[in-house]
Amino acid sequence: MTSLLTCKEFLQELTDYLDSTVDAELRLKLERHINECPNCFVILDTTQKTIKVYKGMQPQEIPNEVHVRLMKAVERKMAAVKTAAGKPSV
Amino acid sequence: MPATTEAGVFDESGLLAKARDGDAAAFSELVNRYSRKIYRLAKHITQNDTDAEDVLQETFMKSFEHLGDFQGQSKFYTWIVRIAVNESLMKLRKRKSDRTVPLDEPLDTGEDTVVREIAVWDENPEQQYSREEMAKILDEAVESLKPAFRTVFVLRDIEELSTEETAQTLGISVPAVKSRLLRARLQLRERLTRFFRRKGDDVFAYL
Repeated sequence: MTSLLTCKEFLQELTDYLDSTVDAELRLKLERHINECPNCFVILDTTQKTIKVYKGMQPQEIPNEVHVRLMKAVERKMAAVKTAAGKPSV
Repeated sequence: MPATTEAGVFDESGLLAKARDGDAAAFSELVNRYSRKIYRLAKHITQNDTDAEDVLQETFMKSFEHLGDFQGQSKFYTWIVRIAVNESLMKLRKRKSDRTVPLDEPLDTGEDTVVREIAVWDENPEQQYSREEMAKILDEAVESLKPAFRTVFVLRDIEELSTEETAQTLGISVPAVKSRLLRARLQLRERLTRFFRRKGDDVFAYL
C-alpha cells in the first residue's frame, strides 16, 4: 500500500486519472508519485494542456462552395424523400 | 441565411419533430448547426478534402432519410457523429490498398508509451501563434497519429464523446478506447512540446 508507483505504472493510469475515473486509493498513490517525481509532474501537466488546447479549438468555417454543395445535396434528398413518401408536408 | 428560430437553442426536440414532418427549414437549421463539426471530424479521420466532403453530404442525407429511426435517447449530434464516423471509416477502408494503415491492426498494450520530450510548456502557448498557425500545428499533430489512435482521440477529446459512446461508435471495447486514448494523448503531447516548450528551458537558448 505504501510503495511508490513506478513511472511506468503512473503512465498506465494517466488517462483514467485525467478523466477522473480512478478510485480514491489509486488517486492518492498517483498524487504521491507526482509529488515525488518532477518528470511525471511535467508529463501530467503537459498532457492536461494538450487536451485543453484541443478542446478549445473551434471548428473552422466550411469552404463556401462545399457548403453550397452540401445544402443542394440535402435539398435534393429532402425532395426525394418527400416524393417517395407521397404526402405533402403539413 | 437560416433564421434562428425562437424555439430555443438548447432544446432540439421541436426542431427534430418539425424535420421529421418534412419541414425543410427545420432540418436545414440542424445541418447548419452541426455541419462545421461534422466536416472537421470527417477531415480528421479521412485526411482528405474530397472524402470529407462526401462524408459530410452522406451524413446529412442519411440522417434525413433515417430521421424516423432516431429515437431520441441519445443526442442528435451523437447520432450523426456515429453516421459520420462510419462513413469516414468506409472511406479509409476503401483506401486500404494505399499507404493507409488498417484500423484493426493488432495493438500492443502500451509497451511503446515512450516519453522522450519532458519540458515545461509556456503558460499560454495560444498567444505565441496566430489562430491559423495554431490550427495548423494541432491538425498536423493529429494527422501524425495512426488511424486507430486518431479516431479515438478525435471522438473523445475533440468531439467530446464519452468513453462508452466512443467504444460503441467504433465497435471496440472500453479498455481498447482507454489504451488507444492514452497513447494518442502521449504522442500528441510529445509532438506539441516541440512547439510549446518554454523557451527559457531550451538549453540552446543559453549558448
